[in-house]
Amino acid sequence: MTDFTWKIAGPAGLGIMTTGLIFSKAFSRGGYHVFDYIEYPSLIRGGHNTYQCRISSEAINSQSRSVHILVALNKETVDLHKPEMLENSAVIYDNEKMQAEVTAGKPYPIPLTRLAKESGGKELMANNVALGASMALLDYDLGILEGVIRDMFGRKGEEIVKMNMNAANAGYNYVRENFKEPFFVIAKKISDNRKYLLTGNEAIGAGAVASGCKCFVAYPMTPASSILHYLAENAKKYGIAVRHAEDEISVINTAIGAAHAGARTMTATSGGGFALMVEGYGLAAMTETPLVIVEVQRPGPATGMPTWSGQGDLRFVMHAHQDDFPRVVMTPGDVEEAYYCAAYAHNLAEKYQTPIIIMSDKHLAESHKTAEKFDHSLKIERGELIDSATDYKRYKLTKTGISPRLLPGAKGAIVVANSDEHNEYGYSCEEIENRNKMMQKRMKKLDMLAKELPAPKLYGPEDAELTLTGFGSVKGAILDAIKILEKEGIKVNFLHLIYVSPFPDKSVKEALSKAKKVISVENNFTGQFAGLVREKTGKNITKRFLKYDGRPFYPEEIAEKVRKVLKK
Amino acid sequence: MNPEEFNTKEEVTWCPGCGNHSIFMALKQALVNLNIAPDQVIIAYGIGCHGHEVNYLRTNGFEGLHGRPVPVAEGIKLANNELNVIAVSGDGDAYGEGLSHMINAARGNHNVTYLVHDNRVYGLTTGQTSPTSAKGTKSKSTPEGAIDEPINPMAMAIAAGATFVARTFAGNIQLTTELIMQAIKHNGFALLDILQPCVSFNKVNNFQWYMEHTYKLENHNPADKVAALQKALEMEKLPLGVLYKEEKPSYEEQVSELSEGPLTKKSLEVDKEKIMEEFL
Ligand SMILES: Cc1ncc(C[n+]2csc(CCOP(=O)(O)OP(=O)(O)O)c2C)c(N)n1
Ligand code: SF4
Repeated sequence: MTDFTWKIAGPAGLGIMTTGLIFSKAFSRGGYHVFDYIEYPSLIRGGHNTYQCRISSEAINSQSRSVHILVALNKETVDLHKPEMLENSAVIYDNEKMQAEVTAGKPYPIPLTRLAKESGGKELMANNVALGASMALLDYDLGILEGVIRDMFGRKGEEIVKMNMNAANAGYNYVRENFKEPFFVIAKKISDNRKYLLTGNEAIGAGAVASGCKCFVAYPMTPASSILHYLAENAKKYGIAVRHAEDEISVINTAIGAAHAGARTMTATSGGGFALMVEGYGLAAMTETPLVIVEVQRPGPATGMPTWSGQGDLRFVMHAHQDDFPRVVMTPGDVEEAYYCAAYAHNLAEKYQTPIIIMSDKHLAESHKTAEKFDHSLKIERGELIDSATDYKRYKLTKTGISPRLLPGAKGAIVVANSDEHNEYGYSCEEIENRNKMMQKRMKKLDMLAKELPAPKLYGPEDAELTLTGFGSVKGAILDAIKILEKEGIKVNFLHLIYVSPFPDKSVKEALSKAKKVISVENNFTGQFAGLVREKTGKNITKRFLKYDGRPFYPEEIAEKVRKVLKK
Repeated sequence: MNPEEFNTKEEVTWCPGCGNHSIFMALKQALVNLNIAPDQVIIAYGIGCHGHEVNYLRTNGFEGLHGRPVPVAEGIKLANNELNVIAVSGDGDAYGEGLSHMINAARGNHNVTYLVHDNRVYGLTTGQTSPTSAKGTKSKSTPEGAIDEPINPMAMAIAAGATFVARTFAGNIQLTTELIMQAIKHNGFALLDILQPCVSFNKVNNFQWYMEHTYKLENHNPADKVAALQKALEMEKLPLGVLYKEEKPSYEEQVSELSEGPLTKKSLEVDKEKIMEEFL
């Protein structure tokens, strides 16, 4: 089994993100499983950026602590990442540009910049020299790297591709000639079987496209922006109108207008942007407008830590807006679920004529993960969409609470939607009986919707000594922690919630009743999820593993926590 | 068609003598004159007395949030550019809560007709000062008189790049009808500020006051932006008519995804394997 981490780090502005992605792609294409993870401050230049790629011959779901190869683009990098180095880890650095004292791991001084220039490239190509050098250490196929570089830079011309490859070759040859001792990690190509490699944001974008989303309105906000970028770039190809409006208030109201007119519509933002959308969120619910809202969490409050991860918006998102209405909040845990949720959310939105929220976080949003082929079997379902009616009642009272939906513009019919409490026609009405019926109508839709949602999933053995629980992106690190513990003979399972509203109280209660010990694993300060579980099931999860420093959980620390709780 | 066809069965609850009645009449007449059937137009309303029109006017309607009819209208037009899209607002709604939307709709030239019922007061919330109230206006929210200067929506819209900027007085139903028609026909963002008496809460700017403080624009070239701005800056006696007009492609005409028809008519089926190719 091969399982290693390669990391490139240094100040912003040196092409770290591109280099990291090339590395991930190169191994994904050689049949490996990949999970990469980036850290960067909210700056365009300077600060400390890292891109780490975990590569494994077996399925993986998260990043890992130990680094096997570190490409250090400045001296601080060498010092900063010492704790992650193993005895034989390689520290690759440009010995002609910096004086590094490698006290953890082994030094691999390579004149990256000189080799880049000598091979005909510019200074920035030093990263490619480091890529080539890394491939040599790992004994990996340079041809695959060339394929990736060709796909990424081919548009810029053959010249650029050659320059990149010459630099990589120079690094490769330099290592072959100067470091003859075999490296302790070898990663030869496994197969030509290509997997998908994508981020959670890309998965949400792709899922939306697959479900026929035709309108996307947004205002940039990290870490949601790459959904906007992905859809804007692909807008023409799939006939999607993408609008970057003046602010999030405009965004949600524009999205509601488009959705009301009949286009499948989505928007995406982070906590602050969603705060501005909250009034519109309720408007969508009141007017029974189908709309998909993606909330990609980052630590707060206020501007908080824009480029870091957290799960502190759970309660805010679940309770946003005044009064009661059907609230649907999905919490995908990995790229497969992100894709599926995005596609499914558009169906739910139209079938139940209500806004659907997909809540994610920076860790899921921006980390690439390999995935096997996706399940494309989900059919587009638009619910009770009709194309003509006489004496049309937009809010007709029905058994299910769902009124047949006619789009404005239909010949001979008048479609009236209203933010004020309204009667069946959509006209303002505050009479007691009407109010009660309309409230019940809207809420009733949730009962039916709840029945069609998949049950929460229990991963791992039924007879576990301990049950971990959580929602969203903690899934990856927990699944990998379970594997670590399994090897030590410790049986742990994991109850994961892919949606938190409507809350699946029965299945959660049942699963927790069987659990011997429970730990709630969450990226927030107060254990918002544990509180929710208690509210909905009466089960009080006293053991909590909470992290709110903006960093995701590592499988190692979860395993450690479990050992401590089990006193092992 | 006749204006009666645009009436719902709902009871009209505007105060007797309110300017909203005449604006309502003018809008119905304009739709009749333009031969726009109730099912081919959609109106996004703000919140205020003006917004109650959603209940009285028999067309497609969307009553949204206070200050937000413009983005709702933009979204509707983006999804289905075959519909005539109108946004109805009040001075509090348009120039207070939702001002930024007007500026941005203007610079984008979204093909939306913007009818602002400007009564210089917050009607529905019982008469507080509004962004168009004169400095010194005494109201429940400003008992010592408003400190702020009033906004100049005409000048602001012209500066923001609006391609049709006009003002009318609700008391002149003929002029109002004519200007609503022009605004609807205009290709792009069209602002029509409608001076409207509020008999219950605005005792100063009543019918008589508007008669004395407005005049009809004559010999004005609406294509001349500088002249238009000069007219817009006249605050003592308010010019009525089209202050500024310019022909430009609308926002929707420039969205390439709409070139083959509205979003609402596109097939939702996509080749799912193909979407994923770029991630291999
Ligand atoms: C977000 C929000 N803030 C405040 C209100 C309360 N409100 C309702 S209408 C209105 C002002 C209406 O004034 P205007 O837009 O001039 O309309 P008019 O009633 O004069 O037609 C206010 C403040 C609201 N509905 N929503
Ligand atoms: S309060 Fe004023 S604006 Fe509202 S209906 Fe009465 S007169 Fe008209």
